[in-house]
Amino acid sequence: MSVGERSLRALPYEAPRLDRLWPSWREQLLEGYRWMVLGRVLDERMLGLQRQGRVGFYGPATGQEAVSVGVALALAAEDWVFPGLREQLLLLVRGHPLTTYMDHLFANDRDPARGRQMPCHPTGRDARYVSMSSVIGTQVTQAVGLAYGLKLRKERAVSLAFFGDGATSANDFHAGMNFAGVFSLPVLFCCTNNQWAISVPVERQSRVEELAHKAGAYGFAGHRVDGTDLVAVFTSAREALGRIRDGHGPEMLEFLVYRMTPHSSSDDPSRYQQGDWMARAREVDPVPRVSELLSRTGVLTPELEARLRADAEALVKAAIVEAEAVPAPDPASLFTDVFAPAPLGPRSG
Amino acid sequence: MTDLTLVQAVNRALHEALSTDPDVLILGEDVGVNGGVFRATEGLQKEFGSERVIDTPLSETGIVGAAVGMALYGLKPVAEIQFLDFIYPAFDQIVSEVAKFRYRSGGQYPCHVVIRTPYGGGIKGGLYHSQSSEAYFAHTAGLKVIVPSNPADAKGLLLTAIHDEDPVLFLEPKRIYRSVTGEVPDGDHRVPFGQAATVREGSDVSVFAYGAMLPQAVQAAEALSSEGVQAEVIDLRSLVPLDEKAVLASVEKTGRAVIVHEAPRFCGYGAELAALLAEKALYSLKAPVARVTGFDTPFPYALEHVYLPNAERIAHAVRTTARAS
Repeated sequence: MSVGERSLRALPYEAPRLDRLWPSWREQLLEGYRWMVLGRVLDERMLGLQRQGRVGFYGPATGQEAVSVGVALALAAEDWVFPGLREQLLLLVRGHPLTTYMDHLFANDRDPARGRQMPCHPTGRDARYVSMSSVIGTQVTQAVGLAYGLKLRKERAVSLAFFGDGATSANDFHAGMNFAGVFSLPVLFCCTNNQWAISVPVERQSRVEELAHKAGAYGFAGHRVDGTDLVAVFTSAREALGRIRDGHGPEMLEFLVYRMTPHSSSDDPSRYQQGDWMARAREVDPVPRVSELLSRTGVLTPELEARLRADAEALVKAAIVEAEAVPAPDPASLFTDVFAPAPLGPRSG
Repeated sequence: MTDLTLVQAVNRALHEALSTDPDVLILGEDVGVNGGVFRATEGLQKEFGSERVIDTPLSETGIVGAAVGMALYGLKPVAEIQFLDFIYPAFDQIVSEVAKFRYRSGGQYPCHVVIRTPYGGGIKGGLYHSQSSEAYFAHTAGLKVIVPSNPADAKGLLLTAIHDEDPVLFLEPKRIYRSVTGEVPDGDHRVPFGQAATVREGSDVSVFAYGAMLPQAVQAAEALSSEGVQAEVIDLRSLVPLDEKAVLASVEKTGRAVIVHEAPRFCGYGAELAALLAEKALYSLKAPVARVTGFDTPFPYALEHVYLPNAERIAHAVRTTARAS
């Protein structure tokens, strides 16, 4: 059964199985759900603000929330994350304040990166979340280099490289996978395959049936995971991270998801997405799937559900009000951080 | 003090850095067992181990991308690109990533990577073992671009690069790797960035050069001395940051300037120097600024001696500039 044909609506888990798979699932799954709701609310509100001209750009992660949240729950504080375009929720789960992220989205004077990047390109040293560029794939070799350091210093941490399906066609994907294999480095390659690189479908990126198969060519294991299933994302990431920490070298996980929004606020998918794409995507929308599971197992009540949603909306609203009131960056900040601030002798310009 | 060739001085700088700082790593193609195709890393893997002197797979973007990750982790990677001509697969990493990490992260992620690479012609290397593409990199904000012309500077500038907080592209003039020998201070010898060196004082014309063009410029100046033209030769050493003060002070003294580089002329580094003189020293100039450069062609094989500026071409330009009024 192909992904498009399956009728996967409810997550196929019962409490006894979850007890075996994930002993602390009641608390953590609920915690994860809370973050997914926050992510969904954030996407709704920020796309709206972008349309009103209040933020310049927005790259939603709707439909992909389970990947960021599931992996974040499986990580340790000492792990490092090299994000792709849609891992901002992971930054928040790792403890980066929502208000600071909002400062970044508004590119205001309180943004730690001084409003230098387009929205949805945050940096969070506090969460070991590395600054991303808009260039596709360059973070892959960087994550590998950092993993070289982890191995050299005998840390039990893992370096994670996130990227999309399009990036598997880029130079640095190949170079990074190859280096990681040759040096047997503690890297988890996380391909979030949302089946679209802007307008180009994944079939145009590669002839392989599953992108995870590419790992074999570099000498290590790759697995495809249902990226709309929070339990599957968490358990597969936890297991892979455990093996990597134990020194077994890199692995790749391909999280298959549906992009449920345009590529970004600048994109119009009606030009290239036809038929029942959105209908199929909604069938496996990760947020209601977790909600259904938690309700069925008695963890989530309608009252709690309503409260989670209201809390998320209040948090996002408060962060927006606060960030929007902060002025634009000081023009002088244009010239800082090009080089280190220390006096380095005469310099031109 | 020890007498060393330029490539030996590079090797001694790397040895010094590896010995004194456990965070320093070397990575590149053929740098380990083979000691580098020019032997710049000779003996280092044997002494410091294959974990710190790393033979990598053949991928420049892999080398520089991995070096970025190492730097973000807090190590001090020194990446070797075998020839500057082969750096372009890593251009994206250098221009989009290395140069912008500090800026785009608001200082949260400095990216201190040193990239060493032999550059320039004169070794019969043809199109792809001869290029001088320093201008691409000097044009990119966030990168320092350094070019030594003698053994002592090679060691001192490389050690400064390794211990600097910013990314550095370190261009080694391979043509004079072995043809120039000089005294090199032992130990942790450092030469600061942003300071040009006056190699020969003169009152009539300022000659600005760097890297393998230095010996040619000096030879030209010596030859002109007997004709009564006293050329001042300035070794820029540091293209970014540029020692603007030294450039302007010399031209204010001589009133005449000749700029020498082996890279093509159009949009070459000399164009920036000429613009600087036009902006800030116009009233000191007694003659048009002259440039002696490679041609606006790809780098040739059989005709490299025609392509490359030499003492004769430099002397001709200096003579013409000295007489112009």
